[in-house]
Amino acid sequence: MLRRLLLIIPVFIGLSIVTFVISHMVPGDPVRLAAGPQATAEQILKLEEEFGLDKPLPVQYLNYMRGLFKGDLGISMMNRHPVAMDLRRYFPATLELVLVSTVLGVVIGVPMAMAAAVFRDRWPDQVSRIVALSSISMPVFWLGMILQLILGMTWHLLPISGRFDPRVPFPPNVTGMLLVDSLLAADLHKFGIALKYMALPAFCQALFGIALITRLLRADILEVMERDFVIMARASGLPERVILFKYVLKNALIATVAMLGFLFGWQLSGSVMIETVFDWPGVGLYAVNSAMTLDFMPIMGITLFVGLVFTIVNLLVDISYGVIDPRIRYG
Amino acid sequence: MIERMSVAVGARGWLGRWRAENQGLIEEWRRSLYRFRQSRLSVLGVAIIIFLLFVAFTGRYWVPYPDDAGFTTHVEIRLQGPSRDNLFGTDEYGRDVFTRTVWATQTSLIAGTLIVLLGGSIGIVLGGIAGYFGGRVNEVIMRLTDIMLAMPGIFLALAITAALGPSILHAMLALSITWWPGYCRLVQAQVLSIREEDYVEAARGIGASRPRIIFNHILPNCLSAIMVKASMDFGFAVLSLAALGFIGVGAQPPIPEWGAMISKGREFLPYGWWYSTFPGIAMFLTVFGFNILGDGFRDVLDPRARR
Repeated sequence: MLRRLLLIIPVFIGLSIVTFVISHMVPGDPVRLAAGPQATAEQILKLEEEFGLDKPLPVQYLNYMRGLFKGDLGISMMNRHPVAMDLRRYFPATLELVLVSTVLGVVIGVPMAMAAAVFRDRWPDQVSRIVALSSISMPVFWLGMILQLILGMTWHLLPISGRFDPRVPFPPNVTGMLLVDSLLAADLHKFGIALKYMALPAFCQALFGIALITRLLRADILEVMERDFVIMARASGLPERVILFKYVLKNALIATVAMLGFLFGWQLSGSVMIETVFDWPGVGLYAVNSAMTLDFMPIMGITLFVGLVFTIVNLLVDISYGVIDPRIRYG
Repeated sequence: MIERMSVAVGARGWLGRWRAENQGLIEEWRRSLYRFRQSRLSVLGVAIIIFLLFVAFTGRYWVPYPDDAGFTTHVEIRLQGPSRDNLFGTDEYGRDVFTRTVWATQTSLIAGTLIVLLGGSIGIVLGGIAGYFGGRVNEVIMRLTDIMLAMPGIFLALAITAALGPSILHAMLALSITWWPGYCRLVQAQVLSIREEDYVEAARGIGASRPRIIFNHILPNCLSAIMVKASMDFGFAVLSLAALGFIGVGAQPPIPEWGAMISKGREFLPYGWWYSTFPGIAMFLTVFGFNILGDGFRDVLDPRARR
């Protein structure tokens, strides 16, 4: 386990080099862009000096790394905010969206997989297969727009963009996740508002997870169902319901849990599109805005941060995997 | 063995010789094809893809307004709903959305192919080298793969396209760069197990050169795993390219591309639903076709999933 933990360090250094190289191959001139069209050569030079861009690349990299160890990700050239501060502000929104969609994926995907496996090759199986294949084929940004058009603009059922009603003050900030914060403040009204704003983005974001869990878990349930201990349980006259929930599902879920790390990374990627469509103020939207203005300190910071989060989540999943299945821990 | 050799001697021409040499492979393909045809969904996938290929490569000869694929303006008919003249309506310059949607099929199919080809070949070559040579080479390549896999793809692609400047070529390049690690890991694992097989040992014993062993004996046996992954990936490549187009760092106007069209149509969504809707449906159909084909491929080629 310690070895896995230590592996984060080279991955982190590698990530930092890759992001650094990418953001410094910019052929466009970000300084000129940030300084504005009327800037004189002198102003541009001064700006370059301010951001340390006049130094050779290895020196720039070392400076960057030195900052990283102090938790300093540099300063945005556009709004002059420290990148770390902006990340702290935007990440909870993305994390909340990703967590809710993961829960949605499990809550919808697991029953669908069970129905498909139990009624194998009959209509529930066919329906779940088609639903799963259509979900992964769906351009989510397009689906999001269509849902905005129908549910938001035509039927006025759900808000179409943003995270919270602009006319209502936010719940007191504890975690930055509005659903959690409003619950902590015991404010059910605000919880309801946050939930309403969450509905469409989380649904669109969850589609991929639903499809993935449905297909994977179905195959695993079918495989476990043929194992000896299940035949034994059936021969002993245990009711099918008990066999399915107590014996089969528990064993079949292991691979699904292992896949949650991958799903998390996928949804982080997906947040770029979902947040653009729903104007959700998270890391994805922050990344898009920075990319459009060639603001490379945030781009580097975001890529590095997201990569690190993804690595840590995968590590946690691996650990929990061992907790669920002792055979792996002792094997 | 004797039987195979006599066939090889009796066959004429390169095709016959190839057939004789690869009898086992051909037999396997024939069986796979049979199993593939048993699944109705996969056949539907093939039908969709044939239809798309037809649309992509003949579209420019039968679309009603070929000029609308570029920069033309007909202000008097801008943002008109679907009608007999404009099946899918018109966009903000009065261009025919049907024409542009059909035209974009070609853009997406070619781009998707190039992304999977380029990303796939980088991954296959690196994975092959890592798996075959092992040792330090393997360590270096696989750690690099780990690092690349640790980054959620779209963020990396976004950073690369932003750095290179928004264009469809740069988006394709960026996606290829984020695409190879998956293939690298797959091929490395395959090669690791295959290189210990008896026939590889035999080839080595006869004195076959390394490239010959890698390209003639090992890689062909990884082919089915690569094919499954590539067919499943193609849909994702098309989706990712459209996603970059949607964000604004992919295809630039006036190139007809689904993602960019959907993004533009978003501005006119409340009163011009047709603008975004039809390119989206076309894209869904494309990705769906490739996904059910990939699903069918996997059922045929991966015995574990065949149940």
